[in-house]
Amino acid sequence: MAPPAQSQRSPSPSQPSGKSEVSDLKSQLRQLAGSRAPGVDDSKRDLFKKVISYMTIGIDVSALFGEMVMCSATSDIVLKKMCYLYVGNYAKVNPDLALLTINFLQKDCQDQDPMIRGLALRSLCSLRVANLVEYLVGPLGLGLKDSNSYVRMVAVIGVLKLYHISASTCIDADFPVILKNLMITDSDTQVVANCLSALQEIWSAEASTSEEASREREGLLSKPIVYFLLNKIREFNEWAQCLVLELAAKYVPSDNNDIFDIMNLLEDRLQHANGAVVLATIKVFLHLTLSMTDVHQQVYERIKAPLLTLVSSGSPEQSYAVLSHLHLLVMRAPFIFSSDYKHFYCQYNEPSYVKKLKLEMLTAVANESNTYEIVTELCEYAANVDIPIARESIRAVGKIALQQYDVNAIVDRLLQFLEMEKDYVTAEALVLVKDLLRKYPQWSHDCIAVVGNISSKNVQEPKAKAALIWMLGEYSQDMQDAPYILEGLIESWDEEHSAEVRLHLLTAVMKCFFKRPPETQKALGAALAAGLADFHQDVHDRALFYYRLLQHNVSVAERVVNPPKQAVSVFADTQSSEIKDRIFDEFNSLSVVYQKPSYMFTDKEHRGPFEFSEELGNLSIAGESADNVVSAQRVEANDKDLLLSTSEKEEAKISTGNDSAYSAPMYDASSVLVTASQTLMEPAISNPTLPGQATQAILAIDDLLGLGIPAAPAPPPPPPQLKLHTRAVLDPATFQQKWRQLPVALSQEYSLSPQGIAALTAPQALLRHMQGHSIQCIASGGQSPNFKFFFFAQKAEEPSNYLVECIINSSSAKAQMKIKADDQSTSQAFSDIFQSALSKFGVP
Amino acid sequence: MISQFFVLSQRGDNIVFRDYRGEVPKGSAEIFFRKVKFWKEDGQEEAPPVFNVDGVNYFHVKVVGLLFVATTRVNVSPSLVLELLQRIARVIKDYLGILNEDSLRKNFVLVYELLDEVIDFGYVQTTSTEVLKSYVFNEPIVVDAARLQPLGPAAIFMQGTKRMPGTAVTKSVVANEPGGRKREEIFVDIIEKISVTFSSSGYILTSEIDGTIQMKSYLTGNPEIRLALNDDLSIGRGGGSVYDYRSSSGSGAVILDDCNFHESVRLDSFDMDRTLSLVPPDGEFPVMNYRMTQEFKPPFRINTLIEEAGALKAEVILKVRAEFASSITANTVVVQMPLPKYTIRASFELEPGAVGQRTDFKEANKRLEWGLKKIVGGSEYTLRAKLTFSQESHGNITKEAGPVSMTFTIPMYNASRLQVKYLQIAKKSSAYNPYRWVRYVTQANSYVARI
Repeated sequence: MAPPAQSQRSPSPSQPSGKSEVSDLKSQLRQLAGSRAPGVDDSKRDLFKKVISYMTIGIDVSALFGEMVMCSATSDIVLKKMCYLYVGNYAKVNPDLALLTINFLQKDCQDQDPMIRGLALRSLCSLRVANLVEYLVGPLGLGLKDSNSYVRMVAVIGVLKLYHISASTCIDADFPVILKNLMITDSDTQVVANCLSALQEIWSAEASTSEEASREREGLLSKPIVYFLLNKIREFNEWAQCLVLELAAKYVPSDNNDIFDIMNLLEDRLQHANGAVVLATIKVFLHLTLSMTDVHQQVYERIKAPLLTLVSSGSPEQSYAVLSHLHLLVMRAPFIFSSDYKHFYCQYNEPSYVKKLKLEMLTAVANESNTYEIVTELCEYAANVDIPIARESIRAVGKIALQQYDVNAIVDRLLQFLEMEKDYVTAEALVLVKDLLRKYPQWSHDCIAVVGNISSKNVQEPKAKAALIWMLGEYSQDMQDAPYILEGLIESWDEEHSAEVRLHLLTAVMKCFFKRPPETQKALGAALAAGLADFHQDVHDRALFYYRLLQHNVSVAERVVNPPKQAVSVFADTQSSEIKDRIFDEFNSLSVVYQKPSYMFTDKEHRGPFEFSEELGNLSIAGESADNVVSAQRVEANDKDLLLSTSEKEEAKISTGNDSAYSAPMYDASSVLVTASQTLMEPAISNPTLPGQATQAILAIDDLLGLGIPAAPAPPPPPPQLKLHTRAVLDPATFQQKWRQLPVALSQEYSLSPQGIAALTAPQALLRHMQGHSIQCIASGGQSPNFKFFFFAQKAEEPSNYLVECIINSSSAKAQMKIKADDQSTSQAFSDIFQSALSKFGVP
Repeated sequence: MISQFFVLSQRGDNIVFRDYRGEVPKGSAEIFFRKVKFWKEDGQEEAPPVFNVDGVNYFHVKVVGLLFVATTRVNVSPSLVLELLQRIARVIKDYLGILNEDSLRKNFVLVYELLDEVIDFGYVQTTSTEVLKSYVFNEPIVVDAARLQPLGPAAIFMQGTKRMPGTAVTKSVVANEPGGRKREEIFVDIIEKISVTFSSSGYILTSEIDGTIQMKSYLTGNPEIRLALNDDLSIGRGGGSVYDYRSSSGSGAVILDDCNFHESVRLDSFDMDRTLSLVPPDGEFPVMNYRMTQEFKPPFRINTLIEEAGALKAEVILKVRAEFASSITANTVVVQMPLPKYTIRASFELEPGAVGQRTDFKEANKRLEWGLKKIVGGSEYTLRAKLTFSQESHGNITKEAGPVSMTFTIPMYNASRLQVKYLQIAKKSSAYNPYRWVRYVTQANSYVARI
């Protein structure tokens, strides 16, 4: 007989539903059902195979249920298995027929052959029919006590299946308690592993309604259980090892010895060929050492080589998963990977998803010592036949240029791109040159010379065109042809489809007008007329605004459109450090691949084993949900504001009619984050209560747009004076536990004084200083320019703690602080104390 | 925790579909396939192996043109799922001997049987071919190996994707030989994928070897095996930069940057005498993966010369020199070079008397292809290509063309000089003398010369 699947190769919508085939099969199965002729099992096998192949390609064969069950009275295990597969698939939609199978499945559960017992029990539990649960309890109870480990293994998962069909039946039968005992007594490691999986799932689901379940769930993280499992880790198979390691990563060690014991025990897991085991081990190492900065750095050094080996030993898909994690680590600690940059060079035959990640890593690890090599390599990719990667490479060069201090060589390369005569290269390079000029105005002379040679006809992409137009407006005094090029562009106004380009054109021609009035006047008139007639609301509004402004007072208009500008020092980061930390907490999960914390892409009941501790999760989410609103919007706002629409930004500020807004923080070289994000953050922070935050965030955005609405309707009353305990004591374990449990109350950035930076030659200097202000250090580490500190303080009158993580980058003179507090209402007050203490550092 | 597992053909047909938890809607296979197929409108970017559509996470790996897919709603470890998919493919291959669409379709019942034991309610139970043997009862229907492309001595290494070099043999671990008796044998393959980038002046910019010692055992009774590697093998390159080429000379000790080992490997005496001992489980598995950035002699040198010949013409001269011993032969060599996109014609000129070579100008993506059936060590080959352009090149050809890349397979050659000194099988009796095959092969991973 021909293999059945063969004839069913392409199930397309046009495919027959298989009705006639099904009725055909039905009659054949009937004939065989009662037969005891020799060789009947073989014929049955063929028929069953056919049924299952139909099932696979999506033909509904549920009509055969009765016949299939009749035929399953056999001792042939292959037939039995096929029948079980079939029954498991259709029982749910045929609950009445499913009852037919109970009988023979129950009988099989008592078969002599443990294989049959196990298979029958598995199928019985897979029926997923709620009104049959009463038949499950008995066989499951026996299965858990079976002498054969295969049956027990199946039974444990069976309990979990039962829980999902009917939670109350499962709990009432006391199965979780039985599993708990089995987990620590069973001799078979897979039974133990399944117990752990089942208990995690059951107790996590129960925890929201039952105190006891949540206690039990915490109990899984207790030292005896974790140690018990870890000590046996080599006996588990590799997948179960991952499970145990995942549990261990959540364990809160009691002291440093605990930490080192676990790390020594797991050291050799880093040499495992299975990447999942290695990553799970790394997660344990990273999380255990979070509070020990020095050891944490050593862990990075230790895991580097195994990770790089995993990247190159597996399939491209596996490399991708590992690279995503490496990417996360590189972003956290670029300096540790900066000498390994060649590992992130792209290979020509790698899939683009791998190449993209590598380009991001190259950008992250670039520093003074390796920039030249990295940029040289990136320039090779820019000429690549793979156009998306060529574009990404050029962007990467630009990013590196924007983050470096010494950009001479890079600017030259970028200008070479402009001369490469490939449309997409020119387009990308134009956008970059524009950003570069905003940061390094001193390069304008060189850049303008090259940009002036580019024919605007060759630039079609809206972003690039907008960038070119911006430069024409901004540097019209240096570009001979600027007014005429703009004029040409305005003549073809109607053919310009991108509103963004038209907006830029309006602004550019305005700027040009103030610099070279006689040459531009005609073009300006044409542009304003075209703009006023434009169907796009924004374009129309801007044209009208300019028109009125000019009417009102030309010199005011000039100050509005052509103010002196300061260079942008740092372009805003699109991801808050809070989100980055969240992702790091969820190491070895999809969060890392998607670069989003799990709450952004999973619904609550599917957070999975990573959101183990519900209360903790709730706490931090509660503290954060408002923050999310803010950050999500902030990202959006940033995307809009940041790089491209410089002029829009200017307009936005102006529209308040406040000229002095030009010294506004957007161009303030001393601010770290662009003020956009600061203005957004502060109102959200100053009021830690939940409701009303969203509106505040919206208000803040409005404010960003300069609509002049007061940000916070009523400032909170000033908190009472906070006094700190001068000799506060906190042991590291408590600190670590609190750090895990408490949500971040405040997260701020702060600029250090130059004296402070000068004094910060070693971490110890700052420690002594802060001690003088009743703020104790519990851990510190790092080398210039990156230092990390954990501080704590206590209220003078009551045992209420403040915990601080402070990361100082001495080259940018910035301190990033995260404050957690037992009493959150006073965290702002504490933050003030902390900042004032920090500001006095280094000041004699 | 996995919700569904399925295998799709290149056309998107379900070959196998197993739903473990019933949490993901049934149409997931279609949603997945459409997403992968139309990832980016221009078709220039491949879908990443992991993505999320409407709260469902889709994982996939490509194996021999088939898509192995898992879905879940939970925030799981991506490495775990991708590793698992890869492993499921390997287990299936262990059973079927040959993994392809045909063999899967013929054996789907066996595959379902395997899947039921590998995963239960979304939790991985085991992926060990050895353990699975006791649970699985269907016998594989062996597909005719003759219908595959002819299996030359090295072609057997060429199956599978480039990154996952193939397998020792196409024999199922459970099927018996025609005679009813199993042949006692064990295969140990040292497979090295090399990546080299030459600068335009011929210097080596980067080089790396990614190696695997792969084992496939058909020994009954699971005897213990000892594998001895080079005595002078050392692991981890101390303080200095990994890329310090000058400090390491071409000869001397073999220094690996890092390596990892299979579960079953015991390293008790590894530090002392570089011996690995293990009881090999059934099926194919990597005993050890290693990575090396120590300098090595690249097997091929590539020379490219581009000469403009008038405004609309140019000549490209490609020279490939094999720098290994003449006793060794590389095969299935392909040299590729992207040409300027305004190239409209290319005519080729091989050396007089050239045999087993083919040349091609791929019009669609403007690429030159030069295939050589085999290259004997020490020899040198030249190709001249006359190009005609549709527009003037302005002396920019080198920016518009290249780099030259090369793929090849060299049996019985390994660039790292890592060796299996001996393969010892614990003896059951004096008459017990199974076949042992220790084979070396080197493949190009990314072998690129810039121009």
